[in-house]
Amino acid sequence: MNNVFVYCEIEGTTIVDVSLELLSKGRKLANTLGVQLECICAGKGLDGIEKQVFPYGVDKVHVFDAEGLFPYTTNPHASLVVNLFKEEQPQICLLGATVIGRDLGPRISSAMHSGLTADCTELEIDSFEMSIGGVKKFYENQLCQIRPAFGGNIVATIVNPEHRPQMATVREGVMKKEIVDPNYKGEVIKHDVAKYVPETEYVVKVLERHVEKAKHNLKGAPIVVAGGYGMGSKENFDMLFELAKELHAEVGASRAAIDAGFADHDRQIGQTGVTVRPKVYIACGISGQIQHLAGMQDSGIIISVNSDPDAPINAIADYVINGTVEEVIPKMIKYYKANNK
Amino acid sequence: MSLKIVVLAKQVPDTRNVGPDAMTEQGTINRAALPAVFNPEDLNALEQALRLKDQFPGSTISVLTMGLPKSAEVVREALYRGADEGFVVTDRPLGGADTLATSYTLAQAVKKIGDYDIILGGRQAIDGDTAQVGPQIAEKLGLTQVTYAEEILSLDEKARKVVIRRHIDGGVETVEAPLPLVVTVNGSAAPCRPRSAKRLMKFKNATVVAERKPEDAEKYEALIAKKPYLNIPQWGAADIDADPAQIGKAGSPTNVKAVKNIVFKAKESRTLTASDADVEGLIKELLDGKIIG
Repeated sequence: MNNVFVYCEIEGTTIVDVSLELLSKGRKLANTLGVQLECICAGKGLDGIEKQVFPYGVDKVHVFDAEGLFPYTTNPHASLVVNLFKEEQPQICLLGATVIGRDLGPRISSAMHSGLTADCTELEIDSFEMSIGGVKKFYENQLCQIRPAFGGNIVATIVNPEHRPQMATVREGVMKKEIVDPNYKGEVIKHDVAKYVPETEYVVKVLERHVEKAKHNLKGAPIVVAGGYGMGSKENFDMLFELAKELHAEVGASRAAIDAGFADHDRQIGQTGVTVRPKVYIACGISGQIQHLAGMQDSGIIISVNSDPDAPINAIADYVINGTVEEVIPKMIKYYKANNK
Repeated sequence: MSLKIVVLAKQVPDTRNVGPDAMTEQGTINRAALPAVFNPEDLNALEQALRLKDQFPGSTISVLTMGLPKSAEVVREALYRGADEGFVVTDRPLGGADTLATSYTLAQAVKKIGDYDIILGGRQAIDGDTAQVGPQIAEKLGLTQVTYAEEILSLDEKARKVVIRRHIDGGVETVEAPLPLVVTVNGSAAPCRPRSAKRLMKFKNATVVAERKPEDAEKYEALIAKKPYLNIPQWGAADIDADPAQIGKAGSPTNVKAVKNIVFKAKESRTLTASDADVEGLIKELLDGKIIG
């Protein structure tokens, strides 16, 4: 009872990375709280699925294995999570901020009448005094859900002391995947799915499904060349692909550049996109809103190319090149070619 | 056969064009510098609704929004583009709502509209990016949901089923879902058709009560007596039979504990110019250090 739960997202019979990252975070939260880490695996053909999660320090795996549970549809998964939570009364529930997590999380929070914070960049346990509805109380061991808030360099800490579970979604790459012990052993509980999911919940049929391997590997790239609104145009932005090709780098973009149509959505770096930690991050025409910085501030060497010497990103850059992208990027390509032998 | 369609829309600050004056010196949002706009994905949702209406003549589209009285602007915009009617939920006790209290309020308003076959809304609003309100409304109404929809491919009225193509991580899938249904529409769906000049003329004076100056009351009364469609119904918490414990701040499980201004620790950075010598020097340094190459 009152343990930390992670909903594990499963593609086929493989648990996706973001869920493993959340297990690592969940393990730490559970240690701080002195409770157990439990996870939910729902899908079909899940024999041996526990082997994928135990190394991350899971104490209890709840397995729901049935024909209708893969591919994912909303109602059966929501139903099994909600019914399990009514029995288990978890204090914390973490989900990936994926299409599935963002479809399922709000459904669960609505049914449980609990708070859900989207796209958290940090999660920690804290005790504090707080006044809610005019009543001041001391709250012990609460989950602090930290996320950049709209508008500038503001980070908000969200708590939901009066409701359980405390729910949060986190994007892929934000938390670090860490194996606790390759031989860690927990308990496997195989649930009778029919007891948790009435037949009437199988209302949506997946007629066709097409999943491709990602076209790029932004998250794992050692060098990232990223462009912002300051690139000015799609044509200018395309110079970054040229530079990236030379450097064997991947191309990322700020949200402003994507909204302006310079690059595809899946290249977005930042709080609501991908989080990257490359060896080298070259920010071109990116001013550096906190939502963007949240997704790249742990990069090794940061190079900022910006015509505005006061761009906020310059404060965290190792190298600042004061100049227009039109001038600097072709020069970078030229001198890389000339000197890389 | 015709459909009853509800479109959920939100007026949001335009976070896409954040200029240098978007922040005040105190580090808070300068709302005056950010124009209020129709949440972009709600427009994608409206287009899907309009397509259904094209396909099933006689269908009606009701637009529902919650916010300040001036959010009636999104209702007018939707009317210009082809919606049939609109409702604005606005009331002081509704303020400070998180997604859960918002979805409760909107679900209550949908119940007041009553009859519906399909409820469409944008996947998420650009001022919060949570994507929570759609699924939460579905749950509160006891309906299923299709999120991240890109296109409604077909709708079978007899079988009460709809086929939808939706975005998933790394791909697409096609699903069949029963009506009534909540659908949230992704930004990759078709853009919304423009305003019709004729409809703009017809609805440009449509207002909610709260937008009207008291001294103009008589003028509006006469106008609306003649043209009832110029009155956009305005609903408060009592009108939608809302439980005070579930709306606004009281109905919101989430609390903001702290808001912190982040000051990034300035690194010791080297500032270079765009000159050939500086750029080449940097590239050489990175190559020599085996940092690139």
